[in-house]
Amino acid sequence: MENVNNLRSQLTKTITRPVEKIVKFFITASAFAAILISISIVFTLLTEAINFFQDPAVTFKGYFTATRWTPTFQNPEYGVIVLISSTLYIAVIACLISFPLGLFSAIYLSEFATKRTRKVIKPVLEVLAGVPTVVFGYFALNWITPNIIQRFIPGTGVFNALSAGIAVGIMIIPTVASISDDALNAVPNSLRNGSLALGATRRITSLKIMFPAALSGIIASFILGFSRAIGETMIVTIAGGQYPELNLDPRSAMYTITSSIVNVSLGDTPHGTTAYNALFALGITLFIMTFILNIGSDYVARKYRKEYE
Amino acid sequence: MLPESTEKNMSNETIISGKKAENAIKESLFLFTLYICVTIAILTLMTLIYDVLSTGTTRLTSDYEVGLITKIQIDNPVDFLTTLDSRYPDRAGIGPAFAGTVWLMIIVVSVTFPFGTGAAIYLQEFAPKNRLTRFIELNLTNLAGVPSVIYGLLGLAVFVRLAGFGRSVLSGGLTLTLLILPVVIVASREALKAVPDTIRQGALALGATKFQAVFRQVVPSAIPGMVTGMVLGLSRAIGETAPLIFMGALTYVNYFPDTPLSGFTAIPIQVYNWIGYPQAEWKETASAGIILLLGLLLIMNSIAIFIRNRYEKDL
Repeated sequence: MENVNNLRSQLTKTITRPVEKIVKFFITASAFAAILISISIVFTLLTEAINFFQDPAVTFKGYFTATRWTPTFQNPEYGVIVLISSTLYIAVIACLISFPLGLFSAIYLSEFATKRTRKVIKPVLEVLAGVPTVVFGYFALNWITPNIIQRFIPGTGVFNALSAGIAVGIMIIPTVASISDDALNAVPNSLRNGSLALGATRRITSLKIMFPAALSGIIASFILGFSRAIGETMIVTIAGGQYPELNLDPRSAMYTITSSIVNVSLGDTPHGTTAYNALFALGITLFIMTFILNIGSDYVARKYRKEYE
Repeated sequence: MLPESTEKNMSNETIISGKKAENAIKESLFLFTLYICVTIAILTLMTLIYDVLSTGTTRLTSDYEVGLITKIQIDNPVDFLTTLDSRYPDRAGIGPAFAGTVWLMIIVVSVTFPFGTGAAIYLQEFAPKNRLTRFIELNLTNLAGVPSVIYGLLGLAVFVRLAGFGRSVLSGGLTLTLLILPVVIVASREALKAVPDTIRQGALALGATKFQAVFRQVVPSAIPGMVTGMVLGLSRAIGETAPLIFMGALTYVNYFPDTPLSGFTAIPIQVYNWIGYPQAEWKETASAGIILLLGLLLIMNSIAIFIRNRYEKDL
């Protein structure tokens, strides 16, 4: 066997032509580009963020304790807590919408829907996932706010955290639904059949057998949904407004990390200014938050996979 | 995984107790809740599409009447697609933005396709199963989860500043390439995975080298799947707004880009711009832009589905 392998590798060597070498080099390089992209993301964000903290007007302490985010004002303040709290606030609203809707849609799809209904509903959810976020932003501002929010909660401003949160929630329903659906489908059929054979109804089978069995996959979908809500940009920029101070009123405008990145970059921010560097400080803050969540989601999902394989 | 208590609960609720009627109500209530949840998701999509269509078609149909005083200047799709932006909502067309999006698509496809498929071929067919390969794979999963706005910052630092491309359509296209590359690589790998192993073994048994087997047998059968992945990635790219904002796409660009280094705007950016104006008439113009954007996405997804259905059975 070893001889054959030797012979083959010798043959291969003689046949290898320069074109093959070039192509092989190219595809190998392409694969390593993935690492290069990651490195350059971390590197660029870090270097500019370090520049940001070296500015005398900025202090590390101020970044985490100030309660206003006003980088383009005369006396700039850089309180990232304002942005982080708004980001989390809107993300939580989004999760309150998307977790139940996404999970129940997934339970319906995997436990109750016939093959035909499944074939209709799945593509609809995929379409929902494909709608550009700027369109959701338009929808939040021009439909959800006047027709839902302002009708039921009078006195709400044009820009408010509630409608932005709801729109982000709708946007991530497909994420939650499709990953939860996969998790439910990965549970061995014997569990479902066993439960039904013991006389459990389908509701009890879904809630007390399938749901716990798929729990880690479902949790992974929740974490990923939350991470996507945090990173969502256009919806919160269009519908969430910009209120640069700490506040927890869902009816008022808020200022998320992403929307302030957009707004700072809209103003004239020449290279090297503190406002320009602030973009990258915010970028790395956002990157760290989503990175931890994505790793967490992956970890939970992986742990779950082991159990049935 | 199954907690002990589950069995107990079940027996209490279903087997021992004879509350069948109550259970039946609970059953239907539960199913009803599920229906509601699915319906809400679908209804929202319907509402969104209906709202956009009913608002935006005024800009795209010529039988629209606005009373005696004003006459709408742009009232059909062709004018809308070819006219420049304007200060007046009824004269604003999406021409430069449409051209910008076409430019972006060309750049994205010509860079993403070779690199995306190349990386997928390497990872699926050639890569040794070692730590480095696993690290690359882990990297790809993580990149797919990075918010798009961060790719914008990367593009700003690398393409606009470092490479010196400036705030141009080239920088924009390359930034979008980085954004969809992980998606395209994963989709292309799936396409390669779907090629039966018998094709590889058959080619090798007939004396082909590994290289010949991959590039003359496996890759050609995986091309439809790869193209589908590419089209889906591209449709994600053209809907992206946030990364392009850093490429200067939001400054008032009222000309058609003529070289890769000219300034540009794109359809989603133009729509975002129009949404920002408070006057009600701009809503119609913005909706018309959204209709165009959704139309483009619909066409591209149909192409992807068509390719998938057309070639899937041949494998």
